[in-house]
Amino acid sequence: MDKWINLTALWQILVVGLLAGAGLPALVALGLVALGLRALAAPDASGAAVGYSPARVAVAALCFAIVLAAIGYGIYLIVIGGH
Amino acid sequence: MRNDLIIVVVVITALAFDFTNGFHDTGNAMATSIATHALGPRTAVALSGVLNLVGAFLSLSVAATIASGLVETSLVTPTVVFAGLAGAIMWNLATWYLGIPSSSSHALIGGVIGSMLAAAGAHAIQWQNLVAKVVIPAALSPVIAGLIAATGTYLVYRISANIADGPRGNGFRIAQVGSASMVSLAHGTNDAQKTMGIITLALIANGSLPAGSNAPFWVIVSAGLAISLGTYLGGWRVIRTLGKGLVEIEAPQGMAAESSSAAVILLSAHFGYSLSTTHVATGSILGSGLARKGAEVRWGVAGRMASAWLITLPAAALVGAASFGIAHGIGSTAGVLVTLALLIAAAGFIYLRSRGTAVNAGNVNAEWAGPVAPGQQPSATAIA
Repeated sequence: MDKWINLTALWQILVVGLLAGAGLPALVALGLVALGLRALAAPDASGAAVGYSPARVAVAALCFAIVLAAIGYGIYLIVIGGH
Repeated sequence: MRNDLIIVVVVITALAFDFTNGFHDTGNAMATSIATHALGPRTAVALSGVLNLVGAFLSLSVAATIASGLVETSLVTPTVVFAGLAGAIMWNLATWYLGIPSSSSHALIGGVIGSMLAAAGAHAIQWQNLVAKVVIPAALSPVIAGLIAATGTYLVYRISANIADGPRGNGFRIAQVGSASMVSLAHGTNDAQKTMGIITLALIANGSLPAGSNAPFWVIVSAGLAISLGTYLGGWRVIRTLGKGLVEIEAPQGMAAESSSAAVILLSAHFGYSLSTTHVATGSILGSGLARKGAEVRWGVAGRMASAWLITLPAAALVGAASFGIAHGIGSTAGVLVTLALLIAAAGFIYLRSRGTAVNAGNVNAEWAGPVAPGQQPSATAIA
């Protein structure tokens, strides 16, 4: 069986893939919900001016920071190449 | 052994293949962003083209060849590579004309295997590696990508359910462009390397480079430019099928689909699997359609794609074998030139036929009515 399918790689791709491929979009959604999104509806209003609670802004910032860090790691993976 | 005219023809043909690879695969990264109006069609293909070029230079380890482990590289000749490329180009053009997203990697592998079979027989192919490294991953990758995209789509809609569609869409469109950019970058790295590898293989076979060489710098530059220009041209027919034909896509779905594609492609490359970007992207888009309530998945279109995927390897192999037969039958340089002329004639024919039912930046987002080209009458050959 292992001759045909690398099961170790397969389940790692599935698990890490779920974390990155599904988890990161969920974090983006979470961040957008935390921001309340009104600011995005009216592009001229800056996020701070609308007066969100610091806690919400912090949650959003944390979500987006994790997403950006993951993207950075993805680019790092491209640079070092396969294997 | 050395024949410089043939090697020039091989390099040009390889770059032509790289070009078709570019426009065939623009949709993998950008179809969803174009469909949700996150980016204008022209902006999307320009962004993808630039990122493909960057991606081609990004990786520090340029694989010597795509074919190592699949064929006996010691038996490869420049004519074999040329015939294989001819098969791959014909398959890419035919599927592009029909608006079917199909794997350029499979077309290339199929073409080379076909010409290798014709040149040296079945012992020149490493069948087990072919199944383990190409066929099985190809069958698994769309399923895995679809599963991840479906999970992501479900989570995203669940989390953001109470927010109005308008503002939600704006935030997600930005994230969608980001995830699509990652797919473009990964595509430039993966797919441009395949052409760099095939050119290097031909140069080694011709004796122009010592065995085991890495791709020379001019090969990296020209392959990066060819795939980037192809991407910028925009394979509008394939973009339309992926963005409008398969499922109706909203921005959150598009973001989930592209994130899944980027994650699966990068992870698989990390584990040494050279997956088809097309299979992954299509699986993701399908998965994102399944997980959103009310999104219509057109199974007829999906089925058509799946059958095209099944015959990609054998069909490209057949053309590759036939091309080798013609080139070898006539003999050396003249044979290659005659085959090249036939290839150019066939490519020109397909291009001229496509003008009658053109898909472009202007009509790529038109309502899906069956055939790939808007306004075209449904027929037996059109996507049903």
